[in-house]
Amino acid sequence: MDDRAKYRRELRGYAIGFASALALTCAAFATVHFDLAPAGTTIGIVFALGLIQLNVHFRFFLHIDLKKSARDDLQLILFSTLITLLMVGGTLIILFNLYHRMM
Amino acid sequence: MSADELKHAGLNLQEADPLTHEKAGEAIFGFWVFLMSDAVVFALLFATYGVMLRGTAGGPVPHEVYEIKSAFIETLILLSSSFTFGLASLAMKYEHKRHQLELWLGVTLLLGFAFIGWEIHDFVSMAAKGEVPSRSGYLSGFYALVPMHMLHVTIGCVWGMVMLVQIRKFGLDPMVKINVMRLSLFWHFLDIIWIGIFSVVYLQGLA
Repeated sequence: MDDRAKYRRELRGYAIGFASALALTCAAFATVHFDLAPAGTTIGIVFALGLIQLNVHFRFFLHIDLKKSARDDLQLILFSTLITLLMVGGTLIILFNLYHRMM
Repeated sequence: MSADELKHAGLNLQEADPLTHEKAGEAIFGFWVFLMSDAVVFALLFATYGVMLRGTAGGPVPHEVYEIKSAFIETLILLSSSFTFGLASLAMKYEHKRHQLELWLGVTLLLGFAFIGWEIHDFVSMAAKGEVPSRSGYLSGFYALVPMHMLHVTIGCVWGMVMLVQIRKFGLDPMVKINVMRLSLFWHFLDIIWIGIFSVVYLQGLA
Protein backbone atom coordinates (compact mmCIF):
# COMPACT_ATOMS: atom_id res chain seq x y z
CA MET A 1 0.00 0.00 0.00
CA ASP A 2 1.49 3.36 -0.94
CA ASP A 3 1.72 6.40 1.33
CA ARG A 4 -1.26 8.21 -0.17
CA ALA A 5 -3.55 5.25 0.41
CA LYS A 6 -2.33 4.89 4.01
CA TYR A 7 -2.75 8.61 4.54
CA ARG A 8 -6.31 8.50 3.27
CA ARG A 9 -7.11 5.49 5.44
CA GLU A 10 -5.79 7.17 8.60
CA LEU A 11 -7.47 10.45 7.70
CA ARG A 12 -10.74 8.57 7.34
CA GLY A 13 -10.22 7.18 10.87
CA TYR A 14 -9.90 10.68 12.34
CA ALA A 15 -12.87 11.91 10.29
CA ILE A 16 -15.08 9.02 11.44
CA GLY A 17 -14.01 9.68 15.03
CA PHE A 18 -14.75 13.38 14.74
CA ALA A 19 -18.14 12.87 13.07
CA SER A 20 -19.33 10.29 15.60
CA ALA A 21 -18.02 12.33 18.56
CA LEU A 22 -19.88 15.34 17.17
CA ALA A 23 -23.08 13.34 16.74
CA LEU A 24 -22.86 11.92 20.29
CA THR A 25 -22.16 15.36 21.78
CA CYS A 26 -25.10 16.92 19.95
CA ALA A 27 -27.37 14.05 21.02
CA ALA A 28 -26.38 14.54 24.68
CA PHE A 29 -26.90 18.31 24.61
CA ALA A 30 -30.17 17.97 22.66
CA THR A 31 -31.55 15.48 25.22
CA VAL A 32 -31.00 18.03 27.98
CA HIS A 33 -31.89 21.17 26.03
CA PHE A 34 -35.20 19.93 24.64
CA ASP A 35 -36.20 18.02 27.81
CA LEU A 36 -36.72 14.84 25.81
CA ALA A 37 -37.07 12.64 28.91
CA PRO A 38 -37.75 12.91 32.67
CA ALA A 39 -34.74 14.18 34.67
CA GLY A 40 -33.54 10.79 35.97
CA THR A 41 -33.69 9.18 32.52
CA THR A 42 -31.99 12.20 30.93
CA ILE A 43 -28.98 11.84 33.25
CA GLY A 44 -28.80 8.13 32.40
CA ILE A 45 -28.89 8.89 28.66
CA VAL A 46 -26.22 11.63 29.01
CA PHE A 47 -23.90 9.31 30.95
CA ALA A 48 -24.41 6.46 28.47
CA LEU A 49 -23.68 8.76 25.50
CA GLY A 50 -20.62 10.10 27.37
CA LEU A 51 -19.29 6.57 27.90
CA ILE A 52 -19.76 5.73 24.21
CA GLN A 53 -18.00 8.96 23.23
CA LEU A 54 -15.14 8.10 25.60
CA ASN A 55 -14.64 4.85 23.70
CA VAL A 56 -14.86 6.64 20.34
CA HIS A 57 -12.07 9.00 21.43
CA PHE A 58 -9.91 6.13 22.68
CA ARG A 59 -10.44 4.18 19.48
CA PHE A 60 -10.10 6.87 16.80
CA PHE A 61 -7.96 9.59 18.41
CA LEU A 62 -5.71 7.61 20.75
CA HIS A 63 -5.70 4.45 18.61
CA ILE A 64 -6.22 2.12 21.56
CA ASP A 65 -7.93 -1.08 20.52
CA LEU A 66 -7.89 -4.79 21.17
CA LYS A 67 -5.08 -5.56 18.71
CA LYS A 68 -2.22 -7.46 20.29
CA SER A 69 0.39 -4.73 19.79
CA ALA A 70 -1.65 -2.17 21.73
CA ARG A 71 -2.12 -4.47 24.73
CA ASP A 72 0.41 -2.78 27.05
CA ASP A 73 -1.41 0.51 26.75
CA LEU A 74 -4.75 -1.17 27.12
CA GLN A 75 -3.60 -2.98 30.26
CA LEU A 76 -2.37 0.29 31.72
CA ILE A 77 -5.75 1.89 31.01
CA LEU A 78 -7.61 -1.04 32.55
CA PHE A 79 -5.38 -0.98 35.65
CA SER A 80 -5.83 2.79 36.01
CA THR A 81 -9.56 2.31 35.60
CA LEU A 82 -9.54 -0.28 38.38
CA ILE A 83 -7.65 2.06 40.75
CA THR A 84 -9.93 4.93 39.80
CA LEU A 85 -13.06 2.89 40.41
CA LEU A 86 -11.76 1.79 43.82
CA MET A 87 -10.83 5.32 44.87
CA VAL A 88 -13.85 7.10 43.43
CA GLY A 89 -16.26 4.36 44.48
CA GLY A 90 -14.74 4.26 47.99
CA THR A 91 -14.93 8.04 48.32
CA LEU A 92 -18.57 8.15 47.23
CA ILE A 93 -19.65 5.24 49.46
CA ILE A 94 -17.92 6.58 52.57
CA LEU A 95 -18.97 10.19 52.20
CA PHE A 96 -22.59 9.50 51.25
CA ASN A 97 -22.76 7.08 54.16
CA LEU A 98 -21.45 9.88 56.37
CA TYR A 99 -24.07 12.29 55.01
CA HIS A 100 -26.76 9.72 55.67
CA ARG A 101 -25.68 9.23 59.29
CA MET A 102 -25.45 12.93 59.95
CA MET A 103 -28.96 13.68 58.68
CA MET B 1 9.50 -6.88 14.88
CA SER B 2 8.41 -5.04 11.79
CA ALA B 3 8.34 -1.29 11.40
CA ASP B 4 4.65 -1.55 10.68
CA GLU B 5 3.80 -2.75 14.15
CA LEU B 6 1.91 -0.47 16.54
CA LYS B 7 4.10 0.40 19.49
CA HIS B 8 2.15 2.92 21.54
CA ALA B 9 -1.03 4.91 21.96
CA GLY B 10 -1.74 7.72 19.52
CA LEU B 11 -0.66 7.91 15.90
CA ASN B 12 2.24 5.55 15.15
CA LEU B 13 4.86 6.68 12.64
CA GLN B 14 5.58 3.10 11.49
CA GLU B 15 7.20 2.87 8.06
CA ALA B 16 6.95 6.62 7.50
CA ASP B 17 9.91 7.03 9.87
CA PRO B 18 11.20 3.65 11.18
CA LEU B 19 14.03 5.22 13.21
CA THR B 20 11.79 7.48 15.28
CA HIS B 21 9.18 4.75 15.48
CA GLU B 22 11.75 2.44 17.07
CA LYS B 23 12.56 5.04 19.75
CA ALA B 24 8.98 6.13 20.33
CA GLY B 25 7.65 3.01 22.05
CA GLU B 26 9.28 3.52 25.42
CA ALA B 27 9.12 7.34 25.38
CA ILE B 28 5.42 7.39 24.67
CA PHE B 29 4.62 4.63 27.16
CA GLY B 30 6.30 6.68 29.91
CA PHE B 31 4.15 9.66 29.03
CA TRP B 32 1.09 7.44 28.92
CA VAL B 33 1.80 6.40 32.55
CA PHE B 34 1.86 10.09 33.50
CA LEU B 35 -1.45 10.65 31.70
CA MET B 36 -3.10 7.81 33.57
CA SER B 37 -1.91 9.20 36.91
CA ASP B 38 -3.32 12.56 35.82
CA ALA B 39 -6.57 10.75 35.05
CA VAL B 40 -6.66 9.54 38.67
CA VAL B 41 -6.29 13.14 39.89
CA PHE B 42 -9.21 14.20 37.71
CA ALA B 43 -11.29 11.21 38.78
CA LEU B 44 -10.88 12.20 42.43
CA LEU B 45 -11.81 15.81 41.65
CA PHE B 46 -14.93 14.42 39.94
CA ALA B 47 -15.67 12.39 43.06
CA THR B 48 -15.18 15.49 45.24
CA TYR B 49 -17.55 17.44 43.00
CA GLY B 50 -20.13 14.65 43.15
CA VAL B 51 -19.98 14.55 46.95
CA MET B 52 -20.20 18.34 47.25
CA LEU B 53 -23.01 18.70 44.70
CA ARG B 54 -25.77 18.96 47.30
CA GLY B 55 -23.78 21.22 49.61
CA THR B 56 -25.12 24.49 48.21
CA ALA B 57 -25.44 26.19 51.62
CA GLY B 58 -28.58 28.06 50.52
CA GLY B 59 -26.62 29.61 47.64
CA PRO B 60 -26.88 29.12 43.88
CA VAL B 61 -27.75 25.62 42.60
CA PRO B 62 -26.24 24.06 39.45
CA HIS B 63 -29.06 24.83 37.01
CA GLU B 64 -28.93 28.52 37.95
CA VAL B 65 -25.17 28.65 37.50
CA TYR B 66 -24.64 26.89 34.14
CA GLU B 67 -25.58 27.99 30.65
CA ILE B 68 -26.07 25.22 28.11
CA LYS B 69 -25.09 27.42 25.15
CA SER B 70 -21.73 28.31 26.59
CA ALA B 71 -20.94 24.69 27.55
CA PHE B 72 -21.96 23.53 24.06
CA ILE B 73 -19.74 26.05 22.29
CA GLU B 74 -16.76 25.15 24.51
CA THR B 75 -17.36 21.48 23.75
CA LEU B 76 -17.44 22.12 20.00
CA ILE B 77 -14.24 24.20 20.14
CA LEU B 78 -12.33 21.56 22.09
CA LEU B 79 -13.62 18.69 19.96
CA SER B 80 -12.62 20.48 16.75
CA SER B 81 -9.17 21.16 18.21
CA SER B 82 -8.77 17.44 18.86
CA PHE B 83 -9.57 16.77 15.19
CA THR B 84 -7.18 19.46 13.93
CA PHE B 85 -4.45 17.97 16.13
CA GLY B 86 -5.16 14.67 14.39
CA LEU B 87 -4.58 16.46 11.07
CA ALA B 88 -1.33 17.87 12.48
CA SER B 89 -0.17 14.38 13.47
CA LEU B 90 -0.99 13.05 10.00
CA ALA B 91 0.88 15.96 8.40
CA MET B 92 3.91 15.13 10.56
CA LYS B 93 3.75 11.49 9.53
CA TYR B 94 3.19 11.87 5.79
CA GLU B 95 4.38 15.32 4.69
CA HIS B 96 8.08 15.76 4.37
CA LYS B 97 7.87 19.53 4.69
CA ARG B 98 6.94 21.08 7.97
CA HIS B 99 4.45 23.75 6.80
CA GLN B 100 1.37 21.52 7.03
CA LEU B 101 2.30 20.46 10.54
CA GLU B 102 2.88 24.07 11.60
CA LEU B 103 -0.41 25.14 10.04
CA TRP B 104 -2.55 22.53 11.80
CA LEU B 105 -0.68 22.88 15.09
CA GLY B 106 -1.28 26.63 14.83
CA VAL B 107 -5.01 26.14 14.18
CA THR B 108 -5.18 23.74 17.16
CA LEU B 109 -3.51 26.30 19.43
CA LEU B 110 -5.88 29.06 18.27
CA LEU B 111 -8.84 26.81 19.12
CA GLY B 112 -7.18 26.11 22.48
CA PHE B 113 -6.88 29.84 23.19
CA ALA B 114 -10.49 30.38 22.11
CA PHE B 115 -11.55 27.66 24.56
CA ILE B 116 -9.56 29.23 27.41
CA GLY B 117 -10.93 32.68 26.61
CA TRP B 118 -14.52 31.41 26.59
CA GLU B 119 -14.02 29.66 29.93
CA ILE B 120 -12.44 32.70 31.58
CA HIS B 121 -15.42 34.72 30.36
CA ASP B 122 -17.70 32.14 32.01
CA PHE B 123 -15.84 32.24 35.31
CA VAL B 124 -15.76 36.05 35.35
CA SER B 125 -19.50 36.33 34.77
CA MET B 126 -20.10 33.67 37.45
CA ALA B 127 -17.94 35.59 39.91
CA ALA B 128 -19.85 38.78 39.08
CA LYS B 129 -23.04 37.04 40.24
CA GLY B 130 -21.37 36.12 43.55
CA GLU B 131 -20.76 32.51 42.47
CA VAL B 132 -17.26 32.25 43.90
CA PRO B 133 -15.46 29.20 45.41
CA SER B 134 -15.98 30.40 48.99
CA ARG B 135 -19.78 30.66 48.55
CA SER B 136 -20.54 26.94 49.09
CA GLY B 137 -19.04 23.46 49.09
CA TYR B 138 -20.66 22.84 45.71
CA LEU B 139 -18.94 25.87 44.15
CA SER B 140 -15.62 24.91 45.76
CA GLY B 141 -15.92 21.49 44.11
CA PHE B 142 -16.77 23.12 40.78
CA TYR B 143 -13.83 25.52 40.93
CA ALA B 144 -11.45 22.71 41.89
CA LEU B 145 -12.45 20.60 38.88
CA VAL B 146 -13.19 22.82 35.86
CA PRO B 147 -10.35 25.38 36.21
CA MET B 148 -7.99 22.43 36.80
CA HIS B 149 -8.90 21.28 33.29
CA MET B 150 -8.47 24.82 31.99
CA LEU B 151 -5.02 24.95 33.59
CA HIS B 152 -4.11 21.76 31.72
CA VAL B 153 -5.31 23.24 28.41
CA THR B 154 -3.26 26.37 29.13
CA ILE B 155 -0.15 24.26 29.74
CA GLY B 156 -0.93 22.39 26.52
CA CYS B 157 -1.05 25.70 24.62
CA VAL B 158 2.28 26.86 26.07
CA TRP B 159 3.75 23.48 25.20
CA GLY B 160 2.38 23.81 21.65
CA MET B 161 4.05 27.18 21.22
CA VAL B 162 7.33 25.70 22.44
CA MET B 163 6.88 22.93 19.86
CA LEU B 164 6.37 25.46 17.06
CA VAL B 165 9.69 27.04 18.07
CA GLN B 166 11.41 23.64 18.25
CA ILE B 167 10.08 22.62 14.82
CA ARG B 168 11.48 25.86 13.39
CA LYS B 169 14.83 25.58 15.17
CA PHE B 170 15.59 21.85 14.96
CA GLY B 171 13.45 20.70 12.04
CA LEU B 172 11.63 17.38 12.22
CA ASP B 173 14.22 15.29 14.05
CA PRO B 174 13.20 12.24 16.12
CA MET B 175 13.15 14.15 19.43
CA VAL B 176 10.85 16.85 18.06
CA LYS B 177 8.56 14.27 16.51
CA ILE B 178 8.32 12.34 19.77
CA ASN B 179 7.54 15.58 21.63
CA VAL B 180 4.74 16.39 19.19
CA MET B 181 3.39 12.85 19.67
CA ARG B 182 3.41 13.33 23.46
CA LEU B 183 1.61 16.63 23.09
CA SER B 184 -0.98 14.99 20.83
CA LEU B 185 -1.71 12.38 23.50
CA PHE B 186 -1.99 15.13 26.12
CA TRP B 187 -4.39 17.09 23.92
CA HIS B 188 -6.65 14.12 23.07
CA PHE B 189 -6.58 13.14 26.74
CA LEU B 190 -7.80 16.61 27.80
CA ASP B 191 -10.67 16.28 25.35
CA ILE B 192 -11.60 12.98 26.99
CA ILE B 193 -11.60 14.66 30.43
CA TRP B 194 -13.85 17.33 28.96
CA ILE B 195 -16.41 14.64 27.98
CA GLY B 196 -16.61 13.87 31.70
CA ILE B 197 -16.93 17.56 32.59
CA PHE B 198 -19.73 18.37 30.17
CA SER B 199 -21.63 15.17 31.05
CA VAL B 200 -21.17 15.13 34.82
CA VAL B 201 -20.96 18.85 35.59
CA TYR B 202 -22.90 20.79 32.97
CA LEU B 203 -25.51 18.38 31.58
CA GLN B 204 -26.21 16.67 34.91
CA GLY B 205 -26.61 20.10 36.50
CA LEU B 206 -29.00 21.29 33.81
CA ALA B 207 -31.05 18.07 33.41
